[in-house]
Amino acid sequence: MIGPGDQTAPDTDDRPLGALYDPTAPLTASGNLRRRAAISRVFETGAIGSALLAVGVFCVIVEAVVARGGSVLSFGFLTKDLNQVDPAMGGIAPAIVGTAVIVAVATAIAMPLGVLVAIFLAEFAGRRSARAVRMALDLMNGLPTVVVAIMVFGLLVDHHGDSAFAASLALAIIMLPLIARSSHQVLMLVPSTLREAADALGVSRWRGVVGVVLPSALGGIVTATILAAARAAGETVPLILLTSLVIGGNVQVNPAHALNGMPLTIFNDLESGVPAGIAQAWGTALVLMAIILAANIGARVFLARNRRRLGL
Amino acid sequence: MLYGLCAVAGMITVVIIAAVAYQVISGASPAISRFGLGFLWHTTWEPNLYRFGAGEMLFATLVTSFMALLLATPLGIAIGLFLSMLAPRGVRTVIGPLVEMLAAIPSVILGLWGVIVLAPLVQRVEPALNSALGFIPLFGSPQTTGLSVFTAGLILTIMVVPIVASLSRDLFLAVPRELQEGAAALGATRWEVIRGVVLPTTSSGVVAAALLGLGRALGEAVAVASVIGGGGTIQASMFQPGTTFAARIIDEFGSLDNKLHLAALFYCALILLVIGVLTNLAAQFIGGRLGGDQAMLVR
Repeated sequence: MIGPGDQTAPDTDDRPLGALYDPTAPLTASGNLRRRAAISRVFETGAIGSALLAVGVFCVIVEAVVARGGSVLSFGFLTKDLNQVDPAMGGIAPAIVGTAVIVAVATAIAMPLGVLVAIFLAEFAGRRSARAVRMALDLMNGLPTVVVAIMVFGLLVDHHGDSAFAASLALAIIMLPLIARSSHQVLMLVPSTLREAADALGVSRWRGVVGVVLPSALGGIVTATILAAARAAGETVPLILLTSLVIGGNVQVNPAHALNGMPLTIFNDLESGVPAGIAQAWGTALVLMAIILAANIGARVFLARNRRRLGL
Repeated sequence: MLYGLCAVAGMITVVIIAAVAYQVISGASPAISRFGLGFLWHTTWEPNLYRFGAGEMLFATLVTSFMALLLATPLGIAIGLFLSMLAPRGVRTVIGPLVEMLAAIPSVILGLWGVIVLAPLVQRVEPALNSALGFIPLFGSPQTTGLSVFTAGLILTIMVVPIVASLSRDLFLAVPRELQEGAAALGATRWEVIRGVVLPTTSSGVVAAALLGLGRALGEAVAVASVIGGGGTIQASMFQPGTTFAARIIDEFGSLDNKLHLAALFYCALILLVIGVLTNLAAQFIGGRLGGDQAMLVR
């Protein structure tokens, strides 16, 4: 109900209508409509508040990591070996290198496999096999990392001991559905005219895929891989279960042995509870978070540029 | 040839799922044959005496996950509505990615932050909540460290909110504009458009999004292990420490007392696997395939 102004005119019937309702008064909600508008405003305020809360929490966490990690960050912190006696004297070079090796091996396993699965889904699979594979990917994506890690423990570590490769395998299982599903989406976006043009030229199916479809989807596939690798870099559970028995605090690169990793360093430092360890944990957290957020931002920017180029 | 390779890759995905199930079940089999289903509700966990029961973990896992679900679902939906319907374009392109970045922060860093920054705050909040709501057993007397089931629930909320937010935003963006504008033209306020048009058309997808968030919360290990304070006995108050399935696995994996201890931890993983698969299947069933792809990027 929209009425002009607050209708507080005196209750007299003998006056003309124009005196009761001033047509020049501003239109404002009253009665039921005012209540409905108020409810709507309450909701809008709540929604804005929720968004601000989430952004606020993000900023508070980033601020804590940057402030506390920044104070220990130095060239030596990044390049020195771990010092198990006094963390303040050492650096985290083995953890950085270890994470790089573990994630690189995991990516080397997951990326080709994921892209092949995506090609299978996009180009070759029949309805039933596509359903089965999609379902397997969804289930894999929903598996808690601790379940994946304990499975690899039963498969490899229980018999052969800790190794960085075991952790890479677990991370590859975590990355596989991310890469496969995103790549599949990108492959589906490739215009079918491209495929048909290749077919019309008499190009065999696989050459059409390798020569035409894959190159135009490459940007999306790389983005998906970067995002998956960023996620894998921050996973802690596989490192704890599969490659925690690290011998020595120096830089090692052989994935057949247990390797340190940044998330593992943070977790162990936190468990140790000594102040120098906590400081090292914050420093490591800063390095890890910077890498992961940079990868995320980079992937987003790359994706946006790629989208524009494809005109999507 | 490429076809063969791709088909093999497709088969590998199915094989991995089967291998996970096989390894976890076979690792757990000594504990299964010894304790049977009673493992789920017995509350003693004494590795050196070969006595294992998961009741305490089941309780804490459910309390933390449902607390996260209860807090994160309305928050996430509100953020999704804000990003899809209220925010101007410029604000949306800044806040949307920031919320998704919240999901990209590794759980171990959330755990670190939880112990050092959040726990001291919780330490002060818990007594207040206790004195206000203490008549409910769940809000019983607090522990002094700030490391508790409640803190774990808060950390899980932070992890689940961005999942629900970005999934539901995508759902809301897909609601046909004509429906919304039709309702608005009939005089509906923004809230009435949302309640009358947007939410009903997306309800199944929103439920699926919440289920995916729940699945994430149930299986989270590191962040929870850091802030939940470690278990001992089952406690009704969520201001007391406890432990969840996933947290116990990573806490005790390095210090196994005996073979049965390992099998019991595998049993915990099996329970997580079953819960995880069930929530995932339920989400797929309820939500169709809505938003499934986005869920991947978010995690």
